[in-house]
Amino acid sequence: MFLRVFSKKNRALLAELVRTDFKLRYQGSALGYAWSLLRPLLLFVILYIVFVKFLKLGNGVPHYPVYLLLGIILWNFFIEMTTQSLTSIVGRGDLIRKIRIPRWIIILSNSISALINLFLNLIVVVFFLLINHVDLLKTSLWLPLILFEVYILALGLSLFLSAAFVKYRDIQYIWEVILQAGFYLTPILYPLARITNLTFQKLLMLNPMAQAIQDARYSSITHQTTTIYGLFEGGWYKFIPFMIVAVIFITGLAYFRKESKYFAENI
Amino acid sequence: MEDTAIKVEGVSKIFKLPHEKNTSVKSALINFHKRDRSYEMQKALQDISFEVKKGEFFGIVGRNGSGKSTLLKLLAGIYTPTSGAIQVNGSLTPFIELGVGFNTELTGRENVFLNGALLGFNRKDMHKMYKDIVGFAELEKFMDQKLKNYSSGMQVRLAFSIAIRAKSDILLIDEVLAVGDTAFQAKCSEYFRDIKNSRQTVVLVTHDMKAVNKYCNRALVLDNGQIQMIGDPKQATEIYDEINRFSLLEEPEKLMASEDYVESGAKVIKVTVREASSKEERKFFKYGEYIDISIKYRLSQDIKDAIIDIGLRYGKEGQYYFYSTTKYWKIKVGGKKGSIITLNCRLKNIFNAGRFHLVTSMFSPKRGGQLFTMNRRAAKLEMGEPPLSGVVVPDHKINVVTEGNKHDS
Repeated sequence: MFLRVFSKKNRALLAELVRTDFKLRYQGSALGYAWSLLRPLLLFVILYIVFVKFLKLGNGVPHYPVYLLLGIILWNFFIEMTTQSLTSIVGRGDLIRKIRIPRWIIILSNSISALINLFLNLIVVVFFLLINHVDLLKTSLWLPLILFEVYILALGLSLFLSAAFVKYRDIQYIWEVILQAGFYLTPILYPLARITNLTFQKLLMLNPMAQAIQDARYSSITHQTTTIYGLFEGGWYKFIPFMIVAVIFITGLAYFRKESKYFAENI
Repeated sequence: MEDTAIKVEGVSKIFKLPHEKNTSVKSALINFHKRDRSYEMQKALQDISFEVKKGEFFGIVGRNGSGKSTLLKLLAGIYTPTSGAIQVNGSLTPFIELGVGFNTELTGRENVFLNGALLGFNRKDMHKMYKDIVGFAELEKFMDQKLKNYSSGMQVRLAFSIAIRAKSDILLIDEVLAVGDTAFQAKCSEYFRDIKNSRQTVVLVTHDMKAVNKYCNRALVLDNGQIQMIGDPKQATEIYDEINRFSLLEEPEKLMASEDYVESGAKVIKVTVREASSKEERKFFKYGEYIDISIKYRLSQDIKDAIIDIGLRYGKEGQYYFYSTTKYWKIKVGGKKGSIITLNCRLKNIFNAGRFHLVTSMFSPKRGGQLFTMNRRAAKLEMGEPPLSGVVVPDHKINVVTEGNKHDS
């Protein structure tokens, strides 16, 4: 099964779809690919001015600007991948109705484009880490695993949302609202310690994105980050976010497989 | 099994067409508990079984709406059958349309690689073939220009030139050869001859019987989603012609002259002509038979008051042999936007032999009022030879009375 999924043909197609996507992304802009690096750089400047100079939210958190940037970049990756995938099956209707390609290849090519973007953004994070003279933490080795968790979560949601969108066009707007709510329910802009109620802190951290973002900050920026392991100490509750990720991925995959048979006639 | 390329067993395909599509979550929730959601079950294909042998050039023919494209999409794995099974031995490439996935924002060169990948080639293969593809399409000078600057003919040439590189065990071809100019058509037939000679397995879906006779070893005739026959192309041609003869719903004549056709506010959507006693759809009528004509109109705007007329003309531009209106019968015609009006007319065939055109129109009764629709080619009828001559042979009786002196016999 796995071998057939990544057959020579499918790999070639996947590579070509990702390549096309990148060619079209900055089509017609003067700076072209440079925007991939410029965007996170400019974002950093804004965050620095607003949150460090004006609001002084991050008092007490070391390297707060980079800490913020990493959170936002992970969140943006999550948004980019899920929102682009959501419309991708319907958007590629011409292919689906006229040739036989594995449907999941469309979602996968989307996710790879988003991943490439994420890595370009992370380069900028590393650059600021170096400028800020942040000590390289040994725990940074955990980062790939944390990114993997975020990727699997986003992939599961992408599969589910894209298949549901074929039938129910409202999903797009519902998802937008959920993302908005998620942005404020996740400690992206504010340090978790600002929430004084411990129960709320714990509840927020059950969200896999909150857990992953805090873990990423803990492992590569500062050990002063609150993580789920610190909050729950010994309890098994700390595994809830991982279970949520697993359930979402399996459900998304199963739903996509069931629905994909009828994409061609339902689009 | 060894020599079978495609095996289709008892395949049916039913499309569920909701009358009001639930594309929003709200309507899905509201209608969730209602079990009687109205669906139209459209049986596109019913119980189809056949086999295609390896090395065979197999034709699938049928009129528009007969289900042949659905069958092709099922074979290609784009649709999933409602019931039954399809078994394919070997790799299969469908050509339902040329240049699928072409992106007009990319250059010709980039599109070649993208389209190639969709056909299952990797970059290495494509680099090897690139020169041949461009050469065959005769587009060397244009490859670094964006596709949006190509003419449609150039795009088709490029797409075709990539498509013919496909090396699959089985090729599924929809009527792609029906495009392009004469020179391009010649290239197409050359390609078809080549693949026929190379004993490539091909399934060709078409309504062009000439192509079927020229290339196919065997053919399948499809009508109303059912197999009419499978076998020799010659026999298939006969059956296909037969089906066409009895279908009165004319293929829309694309180049119908504008003076023959008007559509502004209403449209003729279906015309059926039957023989009154047997109810069978026909085109030929013997003298004396009763003809039932039924014409459906769909209104694309609210029409308060209208008159429908119907007539039979001898030949395309000839005289009206019959003409009648709803006004004469004192029938009021009108309806809201979207409503469908059916006009039924029964008349006796009293005409002389020849070809007649059914003409109909809908117009406003006001003086100089609007013409909502007119169709001078609604249907063609063929009348048989009457026992007498004359333009028409009306019902009549002859009675002879002789008065006065009779000859004594």
